[in-house]
Amino acid sequence: MIEKETTSTFNKSTGLPRKRFYRARAHSNPLSDSHFPVPLSPSQFDYSLHYPQLVPAASDDDNPKRIQFADIGCGFGGLLVALSTLFPDKLMIGMEIRDKVSEYVKERISALRTTNPGQYQNISVVRTNSMKYIPNYFEKGQLTKMFFLFPDPHFKEKNHRRRVISPHLLDEYAYTLAVGGIIYTITDVEELGEWMKGCLENHPMFEALMEEELENDLVVKLLTSATEEGQKVARNGGQTFQAVYRRIAPPL
Amino acid sequence: MGDAQMEEGDNTREIEVAPALIAVDPAQRSVAVAVGSDLRVYDLIGDCPVSLVDDSAKPFHSDSIRAIRYDASGKLFVSAGDDKLVKIWSTDSWFCISSVCCEKRVSAVAVSNDGLFVCFADKFGVVWVVSLKGDAENQALADKKAAPMLAHYCSIITSLEFSPDGRFIVSADRDYKIRVTVVPKNPLDGAHEIQTFCLGHSEYVSCLDFIHSPDYPHGLLISGSGDSTVRLWDVTLGSLLDTCEIGSKFDRRFTFFLKAELSATDGIEEDPCHAVTDLCTCPNGTSVALAVQSLKGIMLLNCNLSAKTLSMAKVVLVEGETLIPTSLGTSLSEGLLWMVTGISKLQGFDHSSLARVRAVSFPEDDGRDAEPVLLRDDEIPGGQKLLERLQGSVSIGNDVFLAASEALKTSMRSLLIKKQYSDEKREFRKRTRNDRKLKH
Ligand SMILES: C[S@@+](CC[C@H](N)C(=O)[O-])C[C@H]1O[C@@H](n2cnc3c(N)ncnc32)[C@H](O)[C@@H]1O
Repeated sequence: MIEKETTSTFNKSTGLPRKRFYRARAHSNPLSDSHFPVPLSPSQFDYSLHYPQLVPAASDDDNPKRIQFADIGCGFGGLLVALSTLFPDKLMIGMEIRDKVSEYVKERISALRTTNPGQYQNISVVRTNSMKYIPNYFEKGQLTKMFFLFPDPHFKEKNHRRRVISPHLLDEYAYTLAVGGIIYTITDVEELGEWMKGCLENHPMFEALMEEELENDLVVKLLTSATEEGQKVARNGGQTFQAVYRRIAPPL
Repeated sequence: MGDAQMEEGDNTREIEVAPALIAVDPAQRSVAVAVGSDLRVYDLIGDCPVSLVDDSAKPFHSDSIRAIRYDASGKLFVSAGDDKLVKIWSTDSWFCISSVCCEKRVSAVAVSNDGLFVCFADKFGVVWVVSLKGDAENQALADKKAAPMLAHYCSIITSLEFSPDGRFIVSADRDYKIRVTVVPKNPLDGAHEIQTFCLGHSEYVSCLDFIHSPDYPHGLLISGSGDSTVRLWDVTLGSLLDTCEIGSKFDRRFTFFLKAELSATDGIEEDPCHAVTDLCTCPNGTSVALAVQSLKGIMLLNCNLSAKTLSMAKVVLVEGETLIPTSLGTSLSEGLLWMVTGISKLQGFDHSSLARVRAVSFPEDDGRDAEPVLLRDDEIPGGQKLLERLQGSVSIGNDVFLAASEALKTSMRSLLIKKQYSDEKREFRKRTRNDRKLKH
């Protein structure tokens, strides 16, 4: 579909895809059946398609590079783009459920790769429902950072189980994160901020980062500034609520 | 926004047919069959039918039973299903010691090896746990509250098993997933540590069992699936050890049975479906019995625990009847494998509470090729009296089997395979959603 109109869907001066051609429904129901391919297991995920320069197909590397950062509900991909140059040797993936939005991110990355040869090779995106398929993408303890920036709030009590941070889903995130790995959450919805913090606080396999650690973490600054949603909130002078926690070993 | 849209778990209400289930006491002191809401037990020690006693506020089951099982000691029996009740029975008196109310319909149950915790899974993928501590002594009828223990995100859980060493609880779902979770000291606080996922099935996972022996006390996990395979797993690592394809082209001996059986029952050409609907490890400790969606009998696999392999061994056909088992059960001690076929709530069919029970004996394994023997009705323990109780009638007409096998196919398919809506249908469903209607 987009191939036909490449000239008009890309901005002539920046070479980047234009967002208005990728507008989509504001919210998706993560519970509904969707139809997109899902790797049967992490070993079936084709790295060479996503990171052709860094993980070539015909490599006999015994210890190939694996994804270490995941941006869950990555939206238009601003965080990935910012992290890419900050951590050029780490592979990162955005997970996004909305088809058009994930297509946009794909185009955005490929445009960045074209205009900046050798750069942005370490970021990619998949269209998937992260609430269902995280174990299909990552092995136990594979990730060192997970991001949940401005997730959909799902206000109604009966919809709380649709929230991307919940006590049960944290079990899966704890499984996916290496001990010492960090989970970053931020929102402009106070109630959701409290909910996310509460879930993390009550989970036996997460502990809060200390004030000093937060200050020294370069990534924390990006939470409010790097993503499209974060910029929107900042423009409107909105308040934000963050919770940053470390994966710890389960108590014996 | 989007509330009524196809929430998984909510949409199976239309599937009313329920396959008959069988469970056998570990020492074969009794056998239980569930057909629809009806729970039937035969006492093999007293050689008499059992009358269940249930004084709870909601006595007995009022809708299809979806899961039954004995605990490892045989002292407890658990039944649960569409009426959102989990009933725990003492097998001494067949008295209901606890009736737990759930928010959702229940699809699977398990009892911890020490008999202290009952776990059950609901249609939204949440596994709940109730503690039985203290109950055994005072036998008080307690209306217990269950605590959530773990969850698969909104996917029907099809099977729950504790590992033989008690370290893990394993849960399988219709999204092809098997999750292995560490059993914590106090399961009521939740089981947060995931040991691993066993991933590789390409269709719903329908059944699980562990195979173990004194030499291999931790055992290996066996899973059966709608993808027509049975797989062998190491649950500590989540590694796939072997895959056995049912009806694989390489094994002509066995596909012959499947094909012949299928065309005989259907009379029409269709893709033979070799979905594995149930499995259970056999008394000899090396065989695994399978119920396969289009097989009139059972298939036996050999599991070699030291080599960690699975291979097809033989097919035991049920001659003279169209018996496609809906459920299998076995006792550890007695060398018998039990099977049942039956269905409830079949529309336009008045024998809906009937079921057929058969048993296969595994002779002592002195010679290697000891053949399993399908027992005649007069050879089965309990004989006519048992059949009368468990089947609902001594003789079952062939029409019951035919209807049951057809209904089994539909129910398996619709219960477990995800609904695939075409785009138009999806749009139509969206337009006709009730929440939208109210707003406009
Ligand atoms: C409000 S946006 C925030 C996007 C981005 N993180 C930002 O800060 O700009 C939330 C995003 O999460 C996506 N999302 C919601 N549920 C999801 C799920 N289950 N799996 C993957 N993505 C999901 C939505 O489609 C949406 O793009």
